[in-house]
Formats: sequence, structure tokens, C-alpha cells
Amino acid sequence: MTDLSHIRNFAIIAHIDHGKSTLADRLIQMCGGLTNREMKEQVLDSMDIERERGITIKAQTVRLIYDAADGKRYTLNLIDTPGHVDFAYEVSRSLAACEGSILVVDASQGVEAQTLANVYKAIEANHEIIPVLNKIDLPAADVARVKEQIEDVIGLDASDAIEISAKSGLGMEALLEAIVKRLPPPKGDREAPTKAMMVDSWYDPYLGVTCLVRVHDGVLKKGQRVKMMQTGAVHPVERVGVLTPKGLEVEVLGPGEVGFLNAGIKTVADTKVGDTITDERRQATTALPGFQPSISVVFCGLFPVDASDFDHLRDSLEKLRLNDASFSFEMETSAALGFGFRCGFLGLLHLEIVQERLEREFDLDLITTAPSVIYKIHLTDGRTIELHNPADMPDVMKIQSIEEPWIKATIFVPDDYLGAVLGLCTERRGEQVDLTYAGSRAVVVYRLPLNEVVFDFYDRLKSISRGYASFDYQLDSYRESDLVKLSIMVNQEPVDALSMIVHRGQADPRGRTMCAKLKELIPRQLFKIAIQAAIGGKVIARETVSALRKDVTAKCYGGDITRKKKLLEKQKEGKKRMRQFGQVEIPQSAFIAALKMDG
Amino acid sequence: MAVPAPELTTTLDEPMGVYVHWPFCRSKCPYCDFNSHVSDTVDHDRWRTALVRELETQAARVGRRRVESVFFGGGTPSLMEPETVAAVLDTVRSSFRIANDLEVTLEANPTSVEAGRLDGFRDAGVNRVSLGVQALDDEVLRFLGRTHAASEALAAVAAARERFDRVSFDLIYARPGQSPQSWKRELSEALKHAAGHLSLYQLTIEPTTPFHSLHARGAFRLPDEDTAATLWDVTQETLDAAGLSAYEVSNHARPGDECRHNVVYWTYRDYLGVGPGAHGRLSEAGGKTATRTHRAPSIWLDRVERDGHALVDDQMLDPDEVLVEATLTGLRLASGLSRERWHALFDRPPEDLFDIRTIGLLTDGGFLELDEVGLRATATGRARLDAVTDRLLRSRQPFR
Repeated sequence: MTDLSHIRNFAIIAHIDHGKSTLADRLIQMCGGLTNREMKEQVLDSMDIERERGITIKAQTVRLIYDAADGKRYTLNLIDTPGHVDFAYEVSRSLAACEGSILVVDASQGVEAQTLANVYKAIEANHEIIPVLNKIDLPAADVARVKEQIEDVIGLDASDAIEISAKSGLGMEALLEAIVKRLPPPKGDREAPTKAMMVDSWYDPYLGVTCLVRVHDGVLKKGQRVKMMQTGAVHPVERVGVLTPKGLEVEVLGPGEVGFLNAGIKTVADTKVGDTITDERRQATTALPGFQPSISVVFCGLFPVDASDFDHLRDSLEKLRLNDASFSFEMETSAALGFGFRCGFLGLLHLEIVQERLEREFDLDLITTAPSVIYKIHLTDGRTIELHNPADMPDVMKIQSIEEPWIKATIFVPDDYLGAVLGLCTERRGEQVDLTYAGSRAVVVYRLPLNEVVFDFYDRLKSISRGYASFDYQLDSYRESDLVKLSIMVNQEPVDALSMIVHRGQADPRGRTMCAKLKELIPRQLFKIAIQAAIGGKVIARETVSALRKDVTAKCYGGDITRKKKLLEKQKEGKKRMRQFGQVEIPQSAFIAALKMDG
Repeated sequence: MAVPAPELTTTLDEPMGVYVHWPFCRSKCPYCDFNSHVSDTVDHDRWRTALVRELETQAARVGRRRVESVFFGGGTPSLMEPETVAAVLDTVRSSFRIANDLEVTLEANPTSVEAGRLDGFRDAGVNRVSLGVQALDDEVLRFLGRTHAASEALAAVAAARERFDRVSFDLIYARPGQSPQSWKRELSEALKHAAGHLSLYQLTIEPTTPFHSLHARGAFRLPDEDTAATLWDVTQETLDAAGLSAYEVSNHARPGDECRHNVVYWTYRDYLGVGPGAHGRLSEAGGKTATRTHRAPSIWLDRVERDGHALVDDQMLDPDEVLVEATLTGLRLASGLSRERWHALFDRPPEDLFDIRTIGLLTDGGFLELDEVGLRATATGRARLDAVTDRLLRSRQPFR
């Protein structure tokens, strides 16, 4: 157990690619508990996807030992934070476990939208913040300009910013000294009843559920019976330890310390992140302030391409949920796609990551329906319902009004692309809140309906700004809107998987696009096929797949019969995936292709 | 609904056909995926003996059934020696009960060389000739890899008609760049020379043929579906007007002049297959057996000399396979399959074999007709027969 004055707990805030992981690796190399052999790039990003995409999804932590210039030995706990907007709630958790933050800004790139959002969270958490300019050895580095930006845009004093190159190791000593000197030590009372915060929890195949904890008062040790103040559950502590970043068991975790705890907990869902852990026999009277629970804002259907994979998909979702309690799923049936699940996610990236993990780690081939948001529907009978799935939209006659979620988006964009970005925001029903400049870059703040953002907004933003725009958002409010359910019908029967809720003004072009797409994708058949887009009973777009005129094998004699029969058997597997719409049977592959062409 | 598996009631006194495969050609056509081989050194005596021997072996297996047709196909059977044809036919006559009007067809190339052998074939017992004319345009014939000229082919047709009462010839249409007008002219010309029967095939790109790789490389383009459909319609109209309506998807005849041997296939009756790669269908022990001989000419020859036959497949089909095969073939005929035929094959009417709603959908759509006579595809249905049979077969009821 370390004396409080010799502990510093800190987080690193940085935009993607600004060098956070390289900095963490450098710190671990200098002060950590890994041998060179154990060092691999981006140690803290332990999932394959994290390493490949260069992003952090789950918060990680590492204990560093630093012998400072004052001759004393310090314990530095680095709590890594995810950089992406979808994981903003994880950022808040990480920040709550520390007293200070290092704000890393790429000296050649400057401040980005996500940096801004996260640094404000750190300020809200009363953090002491050390501005750090990274990559100062790059030819394009402009230290003076970026310092000015930090002062203008964020409002932090950048005069004593630390200038480093995490890659070459330049300035690392100065940074470590600044962490020791400028960041405050944690406070806590070793004699008080135990009070520790559950920062995170994850499933480890060998140890079961592992909790990341930050001790505020008292101690945590093996054999102790701990109580979760929010859930009321009591567990015997089996093990406590620190992460170096590999797990290292210790006798006891004391005030100010960050470490892990195993207590025979079965699933991650049994733990509540933000809960206060106390001693069952000597309980704290008040709990620590918790976190805002993470909420799903984006929903979509996930269906197995091969219907026989349904059980496998369910098992896989359950396994993934062991480690990521932030997504939800429930069974869903679709006439076009069969059995699957309606899943809720923190955002589009989260959706993509879960989908990718399912496909990669569980070898599933999935169909993803168009993402949707949560609509609040006020019914004429006075009730209000939340709608996660366009297919469940009540009858128009029963709807009093519909509200949709809006976000407040901050976009950083070089001046050259400002016009295009403003155009995109307007096209997506955006309302401008603010437009300022940070150097040659514009800072655009817009209110936008979330459903416009889940529909290929990122991709469009990236392409119109050639990748230079950065984007961050937070949920803002619900607002009443003129929304309609756009149904796609094949031979008068609705294709549930393709229905969507759109603003009345967008319904016509969306409907026309989808009908034209399906016309290309549906093969000609014996009967002609009407494809329609409709709002309520009113058809707004229509295409027709004309009937087959000729489809017959020219020759079939005694020797051809066997071959033709085999050909038919070979096609049989594919034909199983036909979906019946009135007289016609449409291959499921057409719907999958229509969905894939979206967004 | 599952129906009990049928006790095959096909009577063994139902007449059957005999197919004889001659696997050699003078040259290989780029569209053809039949079992054909180019060889300059065919030992005709050996082949004659082997064909007779395999026929005897297979005949012994089926017993003295009644045979109503023999078909020499290939390959190019007009390259056979007339003595070989005669020896095979002698064996047919001695092994089976023969119908008075036994039909004996031989496929022939329409060249002057083969025209000179027609007397020999007639004397051997052939009474029907089918000539592979393919086109009446020299440029097209070269594209199709044929060695004859159009005038030579028409002369061969005339020579055949002088010697045989029953003559047919083949044409291939839906060729690259072919217009409905030019096809109509070609058909009218063909009809001037035709006897009572014509086979008119749309050009099909078969895998493993030279045309397949040429087509894949974009060396030529086939007409699109709409043009192909128009060419089909022109074919039906022109032949209907000439009194040679389609009795099968690609076969047209004056009433009574249909190829009885091929009708055996399409009504899913029994046939023996002799020669390399020949298929057979035989009713035996309450079921239908599918047979196939070895495809490679030299291996076939060795096996027949060693074992008396070269069968490589000899399997009883399950009732579901029989239903698939009978439907695939039966609906190709304009007359379809009669109720008696369905009953003979499955001991039940078509209404019990397929989902009644699917039958209703296809009859309401004008693709099928089901009445007291039987089940058949309409002219509209035959133009789209692959889609129709596919839909119908997917609705078939499982046998218990």
C-alpha cells in the first residue's frame, strides 16, 4: 500500500492518431512492469480490433513506478480513455477515477472536435490538466500556433505546456516530472469505512468477472466481504491486485489506489459500473456519486444470413455481452430476413464494432438492417411509447405526435471544406448554433436530428472534407417532428426489414432510391413484380420488374435428365432462402444487397 | 402432406426405346458438349462387336420386352459403317419383341460424303434420318464450326428425302446478331426443304465448351432475353402457320410425324443406353433404375470386352427423384403427361404430388393446364418452362 502523497492518478485525453497509445507505451516502457519481450505495440489496446483500428474501446489501466527527481518513488496510475464519441460514457468513468489529465495534442494537427468534448469532461470532473504537445519533431509541427489554439479554443493556459515526441522519447522526463509536481495526490482516509468505485468490469475466461476499482477510503483485501451499495449484492473478495498492465496480485488496495478485484461474480451484467463498494461489516454511510448509465441510441436488426446460424448468433451475443454490457438485444422476426435480433448500441461505431466482432470472433455471416434511433410516440389515448424498430410503428390514426432525438454536433473543419460541411448539415435538417474559427479551421456547432446522422452522415462528412473534418456529438433533446414511416412493398406486401422512419421532406427521394435499387436487384420471374414505396396508404414511388419472357433449356434428351436434375438440386440450397411475397418469391440476397447499399 | 411412396406400376409390356451412342466426330463443334471425340483410327470391327455385346448384355437383363424405337446418336453416327448399324439392329430384332412400325433414327452430318452412305444405312434398317444442318448461312456455319456449306446441306436433305419417308433436320437460332426478320427468312427457306419434322434449338453456351470461354471473354454476345423471346415467338408463329407446331420445346412436326424415340424420354418411359456415356432408365422391381456407361471410348471398349458391359452407374432412383425427372421431361411435351401416365408412375394424380395452391397459381397465370386429360405446360409456359418447373417442383409433396 502506497502513501497517498506518493500516488498520482491520471488519464490521457487525445484525438485518434494524436499519439495517445504511443505515449502510453512509452510510459510503460520507462516505468512499467513489462519486459521488452512483453511489450508489443499499443499494449493497452488489447482487442484485435482496437489494435487494428488504432482506437481504444474499453478503458484500460496500468500502474507505473517512477523514481522522481526529488528522490522519492511515486506510483502513477494511468487510466486509459476511449477516444471515440460513442464511448463518451467510458471516458466519464475513467476520469472519475483520477485527479488529473494529460491533454495530448498533435503539434502538426491541432485541436480536434473529440479532444474538445473530452477535455470539457475533465474540467467538469475538477481535473488538473497538463497540456502536452506531441510529435514536435515532425517537420509540420507548429508549436506556437497549436499552443495559441489550446488557449483560444479550449481556454487552457498553454504557456507551460510540455513538448514531447512520444515516438522518440523526447521530453518524457519533463512530462513525468510535471505529472508528479503539477497533478494533485488523491485524498482518502485509510481508517474510514471502505469506499471504492467500480470503474469498469469485464469477463476474463480464467478469473471470471474482474472489476476495475478505485479506492477512496479504507482498504480492499482478500477474504473481505464486500457489499455493492447500489445493487445490495454481497461478495467475498477472492483476489485484489494491480495491473502492470498484466495482473499482479497484492495484499491490499488502499486509499487513492487503482486496481482490480475478483469476487466470484458470475456475469458482467451482475455488476453496475459506477457502484460504490463497501465493507459488509463496516459499511460507508453515503455512496460515491455514480455515473450516468450508458444508453443505447442506435438500433438495428442483426440477422444471420444462414437461418440455421440463429442459435449460434444468440450464443455469440450472450458471450459478447459478458464483456460489453452497453449493448442490448432482443429477438426479432422479419418476413424478409427470418429470425434475428434487434440490438441497441451506443452509436454507429459501437454497432460496427459489435458486428465486426461477431463476424470475426464468432465466424458469423450477418445482415444488418438500416440503423434507427429511439422515437417517442405520443398516442391519442395519452400514452407515450418508445419506438426502436420502424416495423413496430403504430397505426397513423393512433398517433398524436412523434418526437425524435436531436444531437448537438461539433465539427472541426478546414476552411476549404466549410461550405460543403454547412451544406451537408442543412441538407440533414441541421440548425446552426455557432460558427467560430480556431486558426484556419472552423468550429461549427449544429443541432441535428440523430436519425439524419445515423444515415451515412459520417461517410458523407469524411468524403466531402477529404477526411479532414472531425466530428463529435452529444445527445441534446427530443423534439416534435413531422416524421412518417416509409414502407417498401413488393407486390403490395410490406418488406418489414426495409421500412424506415424519415422526415416527410426526405420521404420522396428515399423511396425512389430504394425502389430503383430493388428493381436492379430482384431477378425477373414468371409474374411481374410491383415495387412500391408508400407512406400510410399513399404510394410515393413505384417500379416494376417485368415478367420473364423466355427461360427454357433448349435440349433435354435421355442423357440430359440426370444433369438437369443435379443442377436443380444444386440450386435448391439457394432457393431455400426465398421469401414469399404474394405470387412471387424473392431471394433473400436481394434484400441483403439493398441493405448493404445503404449508408 | 406426405403421400405414401408409390409402388411403381409401369407395366413391363409398355414399349421401350434403345439408344446407341457413337462417340466419334470428324471435328468437334465449339458449342457442343456431347460426348464426342475426334479419332482417325477407329477399329470398326472391334466397335461393332462391342456395341452388339453390350446390347446383348443389357437386353438379357430386361428380358424380351417390346421395343418401338432405336436411335443412333452421337457423336456422328453417320460415320459408322452401315454393317455396324445392321449388326446392332439384328441384335435388337433377335433380343426383343419388335413393333411392326419400329422407328430407327440415325443422326447424320449433311455432307456429300455422308449423303453417299445413305443407301447403306437404309439397307441396314434405318428408316428415319436427322440431319445436323444448323444454319442456312455459310458465314454462320463457319462460326458454328461446321464443315459443310448451306447448299451442300440442302442437297443432303434432298438426298435423304429421296431415300427416307421420315427426315428431320436441326437449326440453331438466337445466334449472335441474329434479327427476327432474318430468322423468319431462314425458317421460311428451311420449310421449303423440310419433310415433316424440324428441331429448332436456341444457341446455349454450355460449360466446358470453346464457346463458353469465348463468350466469357466477350468474343461474341448472345441476344438479350427480350430478343431471344421475340425469336422464340417468330419460331412458333412461322411453324404453326406451316402446320409443324411444336410438340416439344424445341421440336416441331406435322401430326403423326413426331420422333417416337424422343417421346419415350419425354413421357419418361424406359430406354436402354448402349455405347460410351449412354444413359438408360429401366423399370425394375417396382422402381426406376438409372444406368450410365463409361464416357471414355477406349475404357468403354475395354470394359465391354472384359465384362460384357461398361456400366458405371446402376442405381434405383427414389420416388422423389422419379417425380423430379418425370416432371422435368413430361412438361416439355405440348401434350404434357396424361393422367394415366401420372398414375402409372406414381399411383396418384398430379393434384396429390404438388402443392395444390402452386398448381393453381401456375394455371391461373396461364403457364399450366390441368384437366381430365392431364397436366401440361401451355405455349406461354413452355417459353418459360425452367421457371415453371422449378416453381412446381419446389412445391412437390414429400413421399413417405
